This record gives sequence, structure tokens and C-alpha cells, in this order.
Amino acid sequence: MHGPAQEWKKDNASSLKEILGKWLFFIYAIIYVGFIVINVASPKFMSVDVGSLNMAIVYGFGLIIFAMLLAFAFNHVSSHAEELLNTEEEEEEDCE
Amino acid sequence: MIYTPSPWAVILFIAFVASVLGISIHFAKKTKSASGYFAAGGTIHWSVNGVAFAGDYLSAASFLGICGMIAMSGYDGFLYSIGYLGGWIVALFVVAEPMKRMGKFTFTDAIDSKFNSKGIQLSAAISTLVVSIFYLIPQMVGAGSLVTPLLGLPHWAGVVMVGTIVVLIVAMAGMTSTTYVQFLKGGLLIIFSMVLVFLVLSRGISTAPDQGGDVEFHQYTTLKVESVSGSNVSLEDKSYDVIKPLEAGGLKFFLLSKGGEESVWKLDTNGSILEETQYVVQMGDGRVLYNGADKSEEKFYQVGHMSEVYGQPEYEHANLNALSFIDTIKNGTVVRWSKQLVADGNNKYTIYYQNPTPGKDILSPGLKFKVDSDKGAKFTDKLDFVSLMLALFFGTAALPHILIRYYTVPDPASARKSTIVAIACIGLFYVLTLYMGLGAMVNGVIDLTNENMSAPLLARSFGVTIFAIISAIAFATVLGTVSGLIVATSGAVAHDLMDRYMGLKMTDKQKVRAGKLTAVVVGIIAMILGILFKGMNVSYLVGWAFAVAASANLPAIVMILFWKGTTAKGVMASITVGLVSALGLILLSQETFINVYGLPDVTAPVPINNPAIISVPLSFITLVVVSLLTKRKKVC
Repeated sequence: MHGPAQEWKKDNASSLKEILGKWLFFIYAIIYVGFIVINVASPKFMSVDVGSLNMAIVYGFGLIIFAMLLAFAFNHVSSHAEELLNTEEEEEEDCE
Repeated sequence: MIYTPSPWAVILFIAFVASVLGISIHFAKKTKSASGYFAAGGTIHWSVNGVAFAGDYLSAASFLGICGMIAMSGYDGFLYSIGYLGGWIVALFVVAEPMKRMGKFTFTDAIDSKFNSKGIQLSAAISTLVVSIFYLIPQMVGAGSLVTPLLGLPHWAGVVMVGTIVVLIVAMAGMTSTTYVQFLKGGLLIIFSMVLVFLVLSRGISTAPDQGGDVEFHQYTTLKVESVSGSNVSLEDKSYDVIKPLEAGGLKFFLLSKGGEESVWKLDTNGSILEETQYVVQMGDGRVLYNGADKSEEKFYQVGHMSEVYGQPEYEHANLNALSFIDTIKNGTVVRWSKQLVADGNNKYTIYYQNPTPGKDILSPGLKFKVDSDKGAKFTDKLDFVSLMLALFFGTAALPHILIRYYTVPDPASARKSTIVAIACIGLFYVLTLYMGLGAMVNGVIDLTNENMSAPLLARSFGVTIFAIISAIAFATVLGTVSGLIVATSGAVAHDLMDRYMGLKMTDKQKVRAGKLTAVVVGIIAMILGILFKGMNVSYLVGWAFAVAASANLPAIVMILFWKGTTAKGVMASITVGLVSALGLILLSQETFINVYGLPDVTAPVPINNPAIISVPLSFITLVVVSLLTKRKKVC
């Protein structure tokens, strides 16, 4: 069998990150699908004015910015979970 | 148009190449092990890796292709930016950390980690090779296209030059030197794209753009028509002689002559005026004339302007911001240019005619991709659009040269953090593409014969220094992406096929030597293909790579991660079916019939051009069905 090239400590936060990742992926996927559906089903809606911009640009920029925000949020929660769950185990090991 | 080689561009390019070769020589001494060669020893810091991800991903198709497409077709080009960025969400939330946990050097390692199956090793390695080669061809073609106008060298020289430099980079220090080349290029690309957008907004919008006073704006004229009868036209201005009509695609053009100079004019829909066009004619004797003259006479103009803004035919406003720039375009009319091919005996005319388009339409989907039923979009057109967006979304996380970058960082947390840096860098760049593309569209810089040059030509309108920098970065863009692809193929052959599938039991040193040799061979193959595929549309070929990657690789990755019932035979079947179906659908599509086989009048058997909507579900279904059929029964 072929394992990873490096060694690292066991990650107790991996299942939490996996669940969070799946949910955030589904949320983004729904909004992305919404963008495709509107384009195909009601393309005129994309021309509606939204201030200086229009719906197409607001939705497009929104998808890019939303991806960044989700990424930062995911990293924040994941880093915090790693810090919390992996440190707790280290402390328990130290006590033993 | 004529491109004069810029000494600054040459100097900067040489400086860049010298620095990357210096980096490669520096790291070559340290790259002795297979881990060092294929995965940079897993020692790259996540922040460097994140920018290198951006350098890897923002290929010629992103920088040159998307900006060019936006410059010609408005918002529809920006759809690529949205889809390409969306794909990183799949990479971050689904693939990043598990790929790092499961794999060693290659994509094949990761999906074979639970099975140790010869079938998976073979099919995944072949898939890596096919996807990488598909991605390599447009990069090499792009290299040749850039070298011709900027350094005055022929296409093949550009391909050979880039190929040789990349082979040196990869053969010397593998993934380590590749990473730093991509880091350098990714960082520079984003910084100077921001500078370019700042300059575009500062210049603002004018209905008579003159490239900062350097190039006089060409006012396109019209001729009043007295009468039209059949294929003849009578003009008010008798100084023009009508030579002959040229008709195609329901459009009527006339070849006129005045003072011995020929020009082509388009009859408007009312039949009351002739509008000036630009044309390229390939003569039967092999000569090519641009607006009736040799290319060196520079009679073929750069284009792109607004004919009115807020109802005013003469308008000029500098120092716009990100919102007012869009608002100004939205409230005016942009003169786009459409193309019509006309055969006239042995002469082949390519006529570019003005197509004034309301700003509202420029900033909405529909000018390139047909999505509106009211404008004649059919069901298959809409399906094609959905399929493209699907391939862009699912293709990113399945590209082998992207996936191997997860092995260059020390641990899964670093893999995640580097993906987030990549999303931030790539997201910022893709927002900038809209402004660079629209900037080219209204600044009179577009070369109608080469839309891919829109971003570098926009830079040139701001002076030779920014042009030289952007041109050098454009070269670097190709270098960075090709390096990553060659490392991926090198790993697929040396590590997946030779070491694991064929069981050659190589030592670490032999594996590195095999990897370097593979890099040289793949580099030579890439150069040959880059020369053979000259003239092919760059974005079109990249679209193929995304569709094949999404169909062959992604279902296997996702199902291994999320379905315990996945079997080795299921994975193998899924990769094979995804690869074959995606390739088969592409080869039988209408665009391939026209662009590759040169059969514009033959109806292709496959009604859509993007295969993902069929091949991705097919690959998923195959994996599930074969896994269920080959599932081991539990022994009680």
C-alpha cells in the first residue's frame, strides 16, 4: 500500500471538518446552480438593474466573493477545532 | 496589425527566465530524493503554495483567453471566471485535506491508497496523461502565439523556446523549482493586473479612444445608397466604383474601389447606407491582404469603442471607479465587431463588420452562449451552457497538475490553508478580468485577428513599460502552467506506471532519473503538438481538458471519499467510462467537426459541444453499478 510521504499527528478534528466542508459545499453548490438555472430559465432577470450594476454582475461577483468568505470561515472554524481538539488530546497524554 | 518587438519586453523576459533558471540550479543540488523531486519534499509553506496554486491555475486561457473573450463578447467571457473560481470550492471543501491524507506524490496514489489495484494504477495514470496532454497543447500553442508578435520570432521558435526552458526547470529540480516559478508568476500576475485595472479606471471612457493620445481614433464612415437592385448598388458618392457584391450568411457586402484602393462595405438592414468594414483576404496566389494592403502598411485598425454614452455621441469622462465604469458602459452603446467568412472564387474573405450593441446586453449573458429562447436559443444550446458550467465547476478539483500541489505542503491543515490563499488570489484576479476585458472593449486596442492579445494590447496603450511587464508575465504564465503539467505527467509515468504498475522496483535515485527523463520526453512531445496544433483555439482545448478531468477523475475521488461501498473495479470502470465517453462526445461534436475536421457543412451526431452533462453522471453511475456488482460478500 502507498501512504503519504510525510508523517503528521492524528487529527481529531477531521470528521468535524469533513461534515462542515460537505455543508458549505452544498450551500455554495445550491447558489451556483441557482445562477445557472436563472441564466437558462429567465435570462432577462440577469439584466435587471441593481444600482450601478446589474443582476448578472452582482450575482457573478457575489459568487466569487461568497466563495472567499466561505473559505475564510471554513479555515477559521477548522483551525479553531484543530487547536481545541488536538491540544486536549496532547494535554491528556501529558497527564498520563 | 503589426507588432513591433519591444526591447523592454525582451529584456524583462530574459531577466525572468534567468531568475527561474537560477532558482532551478539552486534547488537542483538539494533535489536528490523522489519525494524532493515529485513533491518538493512536502516542505513548502502554505502561503507560498497558495500563491503557487494561483500561478499554476491562472494559465494562458485565464489571462489571455478570458480577457479576450470578454473584450469580444462581454459578460459571457466572465462566465468562465465564475466557473473556474467555483471549482475551487469543490477543491477546498471536498478534496484538499483527504487528498493530502491519502496520497504520496500523484493523483493515482490518492485514489489507489485503499485498494492497491493494478487496474486503478493503469487507468488513473492514463487519465493523468490524457488530461495533462490536452492541457499542454493550448499552453504551447499560446506560447507560440505570444512569441510571434512580441519577439518577432516564428510560432515554432516560441514553442521550442518555452518547451526547452520548461524542461530545464523541471528536469533540474522538479516540483521545488516549479513551485517557486509559479509563486513568482502568480504574484506578479495579480499585482500587475491590479495596476492595469487602476490605469483603465483612471483613463475612463471616451467615444473616441486614442490610446492616451498615441494612436489617432479611426472614425468609421458610411456611404449613402441611392438604390439597390439585385446584386448591384448605386451610391450617392460617385468617387467610389462598385467592383462586385460579396454575399454570405444572409448579409450583403460590396467590394468598392476609390483611387485604386479597395475596401469592403456592408449594406445595412434598411438598404439605405453602406457601413465601413475591415477585411482580410487570402488570395488564390497565397498573398494575404489586410484592408486591401500588405500587413506592413498597417491599414488594419485596432478596434473597440462606444458610439454613444447617456445618449451623447461625443463623450469623455476620466477617473471612474469600479462602479461608475460599469454604469457608464451600461448606459451606452458599444461597437462590437462580428465576423463573416465569404468565399469568392479562389479568394477567401474574412469580413469584420460593426455590430453596435447596447451596454445592457454587453453586461448580461447571451452574446456568445445562447440562453434566451426569445433570441432563438434551442434546448440543446441551453444544455450546452449548463454542461460547460458543470465542467468548469467539477473540472478544477480533478486536474492532476493541481492535485499534486497538495503533496508539496507538510500536512492536511497546510493543504487547506494553501487552498484558501489560492481562492483569495484567484478570486481577486477573476474580478479584475472583467475590468481588463471591458477596458480592452472600449479603449480601441482589440486586434480582430487575435483576440487573445487583448490584455497585452490594453497594457501597451498605457506605455511600453507596463506592456513589457505584462508581456513578460504572459510568457511566465505559460512557463508556470507547463512546468506543473510536465511534473504531473512525469509522476504519472515514472511513479505510477514504471514503479507501481510495472513493478520495476526502482530506487529513489532511479525514480528521480526516470522522472527527469520523462520530463524531457513529454517536453519534446508537447513541443511537437504545440507546433502541429498551431491556429487551434486555446480556450476551446482547455475546455476539453476540464471536461475530461471532471468526467474521468472527479467521480472516483468523490465516491472514494464518501461511499464505503466503492470497489477497485468500480473506480477503474468509472475512470475508463468517464475518459472514453468524454473524449468520444467531444470528437463527435459539432465544434470539433468544424474546427478540427474542417467539416462546417456536416451535421455532427452529438448535438452538444460540452460533454460533461452526459459523461460526468455516466461515470458516477458506472462506479456505483460496477461497485455493487463486484462487492465482496461478508463471510458470516
